[in-house]
Amino acid sequence: MELNEIIKPENLVHTKPRLMNNNSMHYCPGCSHGVIHKLIAEVIDEMGLAEKTIGVSPVGCAVFAYNYLDIDWIEAAHGRAPAVATAAKRLNPDKMVFTYQGDGDLAAIGTAETIHAANRGENIVIVFVNNAIYGMTGGQMAPTTLEGMPTSTTPYGRNIELNGHPLKITNLLAQLEGTCLVTRQSVHTAAAVKKAKKMLRKAFENAMNKKGTSIVEFVSTCSSGWKTTPAKANDWMVENMFPFYPLGDLKNIEEA
Amino acid sequence: MSEEIKLLKGNEAIAHAAIRSGADGYFGYPITPQSEILETLMAEMPWETTGMVVLQAESEVAAINMVYGGAATGKRVMTSSSSPGISLKLEGISYLAGADLPCLIVNIMRGGPGLGTIQPSQADYFQTVKGGGHGDYRLITLAPSSVQEMADFVTLGFDLAFKYANPVMILADGIVGQMMEKVTLPPFQKRRTEEELRKENPWAAQGKPADRKPNVITSLELDPAVMEENNNRFQAKYKKIEENEVRYEEFMCDDAEYLLVAFGSSARICQKVVELAREEGIKLGLLRPITLWPFPTQAIAAYANKVKGMLSVELNAGQMVEDIRLAVNGKIKVEHYGRLGGIIFTPDEILDALKEKIINA
Repeated sequence: MELNEIIKPENLVHTKPRLMNNNSMHYCPGCSHGVIHKLIAEVIDEMGLAEKTIGVSPVGCAVFAYNYLDIDWIEAAHGRAPAVATAAKRLNPDKMVFTYQGDGDLAAIGTAETIHAANRGENIVIVFVNNAIYGMTGGQMAPTTLEGMPTSTTPYGRNIELNGHPLKITNLLAQLEGTCLVTRQSVHTAAAVKKAKKMLRKAFENAMNKKGTSIVEFVSTCSSGWKTTPAKANDWMVENMFPFYPLGDLKNIEEA
Repeated sequence: MSEEIKLLKGNEAIAHAAIRSGADGYFGYPITPQSEILETLMAEMPWETTGMVVLQAESEVAAINMVYGGAATGKRVMTSSSSPGISLKLEGISYLAGADLPCLIVNIMRGGPGLGTIQPSQADYFQTVKGGGHGDYRLITLAPSSVQEMADFVTLGFDLAFKYANPVMILADGIVGQMMEKVTLPPFQKRRTEEELRKENPWAAQGKPADRKPNVITSLELDPAVMEENNNRFQAKYKKIEENEVRYEEFMCDDAEYLLVAFGSSARICQKVVELAREEGIKLGLLRPITLWPFPTQAIAAYANKVKGMLSVELNAGQMVEDIRLAVNGKIKVEHYGRLGGIIFTPDEILDALKEKIINA
């Protein structure tokens, strides 16, 4: 079969979303960020929000998210994305405003901003990528690092007595009156990607319909930080991350 | 609606002027002695009249980052605090400067260091005009000495912020914030529509139309060659501000043999010192810097050729005096007189200090 016969619209399973540009990504092979970026680009485009969306990027591996999605962006200081998004949305209430944050940004240095934005019920979406490690700075312990998990600052594994417990920040956010959707997803299989996209779209709809704050956590891999291969990282995530961070909706007011 | 004359506290005047100046948003956090700004805005409920957003944030850190988010969308946004709270905002201020964002920040100074005191002080001069936050940046700094100027500098501050795409600080102290005076409030100015905003601020993150590239508001640049270019661009902007925006006021300087230099509430007290000195036959004048950065270096340098000595009168341990000495460059004697910890000097003790440190020294 000739190549041009294979590349037919009806045979296409994956296409590059219109809002993703051709810049080379700085993410490592096997990293979850690329797929999550793609889902966001698809949801924005499918909802016709390309001209209305303002993204807020974090400090961490996704600091350069603005290099890959052709929408307007604001790059926030470390942890402050929910405060930045609060004002962007309140001052521009008909716009779609979302933050894109990692575990260190959202659950360590930015805990106060995250909790208070969610508690006020800001009409924004918080995309939370939880790979249990600081990727950009070279694999240090994150607030979500699992017990016993080695990182560059817990070289003998996370010790609860020394480092405290891993933080299930999403469970905490689900308790707040201001949140309308709190869900934990993953992008490690085709089925998981499909489900995650559905929930991401629901989150974006909530923000536009002024239902309150939606949080979509993506339990993710970091093969470089975890010092393993992409395939093994996926297996490790399923075996170790999912039992502690089980997938599914923690809160969905529409189904309550 | 036209101008309106009212009897107001300095802090209240700032709040009323903000609503009237077409501000889009205020984000604050309570701290003495500036809480009346947030309280007045909440009581006035401008969201029901002009559409201005007012929000009490969870911290000063959140408030300044809300200002960053609002400014990034091209809106006229502001915050206010007092010294310890401003220390917390410095990270955000550096990011605002690094991203060329216009905004207005108000500091109603109290005494430090640390939690210090809730009484008035001018000890944040260095913090404001020499940096404070990290990196080579500058804040346009306006120092009001009356309730009228508290109101006037809100509009002026926003205008300068947008003219130069740079944060502006109103650096006042607890006296100017708390004292009541008659003030003429500015006429109401309409908030800009989204269409006007997009036209005036084509850089703003307002959502990307199909026919332009994405607007990205960031202070990050990992390529050192580009980062040096960015810094050179900032420095060129600061040079332009230094050339065009120096403001100061002279009081009885024409025949002066000695000069007091003072800003804010200290300058009000120094007016009385000039009168007392002249009753004794001492030809004393007062130069009041209105912009602390850019500093009136040339004006002060010119007086170094006319007067015999200068006294910098500040509610701190000697901060602005360093900039006066740089301007004077050793030509005449320049000394400092200050009180600390929230104590306010009297005109008599300033006159005594002038005699002891300058005239009879």
